[in-house]
Amino acid sequence: MSATSPTEPGARLKLVSGLLVGLYALITLLPLLWIIATGFKSSADAIAYPPKLVFEPTLEGYVNLFTTQTRQTPEMLAADPPTTWYERIVSEKGMVIAGPSRFGERFLNSIIIGFGSTFLSVFLGTLAAYAFSRYRVPLKDDLLFFILSTRMMPPIAVAIPIFLMFRTIGLSDTHAGMILLYTAVNLSLAVWLLKGFIDEIPREYEEAALIDGYSRFHAFVKVVLPQAATGIASTAIFCLIFAWNEYAFAVLLTSGTAQTAPPFIPTIIGVGGRDWPAVAAGATLFLLPVMVFTILLRKHLLRGITFGAVRK
Amino acid sequence: MAEIVIRNLRKEFGSFTAVEGSSFTIADGEFFMLLGPSGCGKTTTLRMIAGLELPTSGQILIDGEDVSQLPASRRDIAFVFQMFALYPHMNVRRNIAYPLVSQGLGRREVAAKVAEAARILGIDHLLDRPVGGLSGGDRQRVALGRAIVRDPKCFLMDEPLGALDAEFREHMAQELRALHDRMGATTVYVTHDQLEAMQMGDRIVVMNHGVIEQFGTPRDIYDKPRTLFVAEFIGSPPMNFLRFHGAVAAGATEVAFHHIAHPVPALREAFAGDMVYGVRPEHVRLADDAPLRAEVIAAEYLGTTQIVTLRSAAGVIRARIASDRAVRPGTSAGVAFDGGRVTLFDARSGRALRSAHNEGVLGHG
Ligand SMILES: Nc1ncnc2c1ncn2[C@@H]1O[C@H](COP(=O)(O)OP(=O)(O)O)[C@@H](O)[C@H]1O
Ligand SMILES: [Mg+2]
Repeated sequence: MSATSPTEPGARLKLVSGLLVGLYALITLLPLLWIIATGFKSSADAIAYPPKLVFEPTLEGYVNLFTTQTRQTPEMLAADPPTTWYERIVSEKGMVIAGPSRFGERFLNSIIIGFGSTFLSVFLGTLAAYAFSRYRVPLKDDLLFFILSTRMMPPIAVAIPIFLMFRTIGLSDTHAGMILLYTAVNLSLAVWLLKGFIDEIPREYEEAALIDGYSRFHAFVKVVLPQAATGIASTAIFCLIFAWNEYAFAVLLTSGTAQTAPPFIPTIIGVGGRDWPAVAAGATLFLLPVMVFTILLRKHLLRGITFGAVRK
Repeated sequence: MAEIVIRNLRKEFGSFTAVEGSSFTIADGEFFMLLGPSGCGKTTTLRMIAGLELPTSGQILIDGEDVSQLPASRRDIAFVFQMFALYPHMNVRRNIAYPLVSQGLGRREVAAKVAEAARILGIDHLLDRPVGGLSGGDRQRVALGRAIVRDPKCFLMDEPLGALDAEFREHMAQELRALHDRMGATTVYVTHDQLEAMQMGDRIVVMNHGVIEQFGTPRDIYDKPRTLFVAEFIGSPPMNFLRFHGAVAAGATEVAFHHIAHPVPALREAFAGDMVYGVRPEHVRLADDAPLRAEVIAAEYLGTTQIVTLRSAAGVIRARIASDRAVRPGTSAGVAFDGGRVTLFDARSGRALRSAHNEGVLGHG
């Protein structure tokens, strides 16, 4: 014990903390693993009791998620044997594929609306935050508070007025309408977060660029933006997570063309009995984009999440 | 290279006046010091010359052209920031090359100029390093490289050595001055360190509370201070100030206080009221037969000289004398002043009275 320095934790302490972290990771990741596993189970395995930890994986859930099916008589099935692997999976239940389901469309809608509104929020947010940070804006504090206050109302409280407005101006159930709406909601978060980050970038960097003969716009793009990358990345992730998961507005304002995945996934449950593997498959796919986006930006994120606390 | 003329330059931030009607001229090729305590408006003045701040009123002429309202990017000057402001997302080479890229120079020309600047500053071996891991001195050199690579009309530097360790500062100051002597570029250098200003500057402007107190060569400013503030701010240990009440006539060569007559340079103006008798420690002598008696409180050994602190009826006096003379605390000594180098001040306004010693600097106003 005497050999360890006071700042270096002892081996036993390291082991204990390692175990604790491992246990915590297991507890938080278990539901996720469960969902992913269920997506690869057959319908029977999915509801088996006691739950099966070892099972024969099948893509039935994914096929069900992406297709609509109708029952077929054995004679007809025999007359027209399945040619592809997914037709074979379906035919084993005595069904044939009638066509694609709407999941693909809904998923694409989520991508368009989620990333579209994230891009707009971060783009407009960065410009506004820069202006608030660097220029003498009249009524600056009041404006900033006003921007924040738009976030104080719960979505459900403003949903009806927005529904009526959207119907009047023809934005209901459109991609543009949902992108606009999510941008409006996210913008206050984006402006406030980004202003904090930009405030921390010393003005001298831009001033050096101005003196070196560059315009303010050039200084903004070439000097401020690279240094705000951390803040921009973390803000983008926050915005995407909100837009991606948003449920209340999506249920109310979309039904056909622009419906996103969150209101769609629960409807799978109702189609042809409780198809848990299909629901789990949908949930797994739904997790992916945010996960990939976060992993892509993680190099910027670690410093960003601390809100610049470690930077001088 | 250029001459810089500042005329009635003034800057207000809301109701606060940071710089009040400054006027001075910086000659072509001069190493010019803006000296003053923290918060006196040095940085604000420099930023106005650079175009990073627009003056409330007044004019700035660079090379005869009024640039007061021109944006920084059109003034063709180089600025070295206190914290250097090296672009953290670029390596050393790109930092130095950045000012050239805006001028639309070709690749080969840029590379040649960067190499030349790096050679002058001795940082060739650092060119491909990120700026993050550099030492303070090397960051300083890169910041200088970014300034000299472009051959601007003048260099503006805001406390460029302030972020360096004390031991390194001395070395860098010499390097900077040598660089200036080689390039001969007009340089405006801001510092709050009077020693740095005296060592490096051709001429110095001393500022206080946004007002210019004095403008001149280091020697004139040290020997012939225009105000009490300058006399106190410049020199270490500072000038001795002996306060008294009395009256002097023009032409007088003595003033009397505490019943003893003390020598002064022949006065050129009469004055009555509260006055300050200002004498530098090196113009104080210890003389056994002098009528002003004092007790030795302390002696501080500095090698060739020593600083002796004495308490007299006229106040505490510090003398810089040769260190070979033995002075023991607690003993009594006579104190005499070298009258030709003394400055008398009006105690209320802080203004120096004109005398044979300083009239060349103060003028006849
Ligand atoms: N942008 C500003 N807004 C308001 N006050 C300022 C601004 N810049 C400087 N000041 C004030 O002007 C005074 C002079 O500042 P500065 O020129 O930076 O002093 P120095 O460089 O001599 O230390 C200080 O009191 C400072 O608080
Ligand atoms: Mg300053």
